[in-house]
Amino acid sequence: MRTAIRHGPFDPYAELARFERERIAAGSCGAAAVFIGTLRDFNDGAGVQRMTLDHYPGMTERHLERIAAEAIERWPLAECLIIHRVGEIALGEAIVLCAAWSAHRSAAFDACRFLIEDLKQRAPFWKKETRADGERWVEHNTPP
Amino acid sequence: MSISIRFFASLADSLGAREATVEFRPGMAALDAWRAATARAELPGRVLVAINREYADPSAVLRDGDEVGFFPPVTGG
Repeated sequence: MRTAIRHGPFDPYAELARFERERIAAGSCGAAAVFIGTLRDFNDGAGVQRMTLDHYPGMTERHLERIAAEAIERWPLAECLIIHRVGEIALGEAIVLCAAWSAHRSAAFDACRFLIEDLKQRAPFWKKETRADGERWVEHNTPP
Repeated sequence: MSISIRFFASLADSLGAREATVEFRPGMAALDAWRAATARAELPGRVLVAINREYADPSAVLRDGDEVGFFPPVTGG
């Protein structure tokens, strides 16, 4: 398992390819389930220009490690990966990457969904949107 | 003998601080640290608590040297 917080932009597709080269023996896994969250313009009249992610250094990393370890405990996974941004994020940039590899799709899908849903509910991150009319903290995530 | 306190996100903005230090008193709970640091009697209902970077109840008793975090509902991912 690998979990990481990144303070600058990252390419989730390059990270997936690199992780698979390093950790997944060719042909060893039949299934990979991936979630990538990117910053979108919320398109409600006051467009989001960028976002700033606050976090709790020490607590946030520990939480990501814990849920990755829990996913490996609960499902027959070969590997899982979480990468999450902090700091300033531009439109279209990746915010989060969650991925799970398994022999078959059921475990991979379920584990990947578990990682992102737990992260959204419990991981200590906080989003602040910058719009043309100023900054505001997001009060709650969109439901599952 | 002290308790270090961290505030985050909109809560830090509204309090005007990201950190504080309060004197440790045996038997004090996280809520008492909040009161000492903010001069506010009550913890707003939405505010979450962590002790030594683990989620905790506001009534959890502290030990000397503990770090207490107070923050709004999380919005990551």
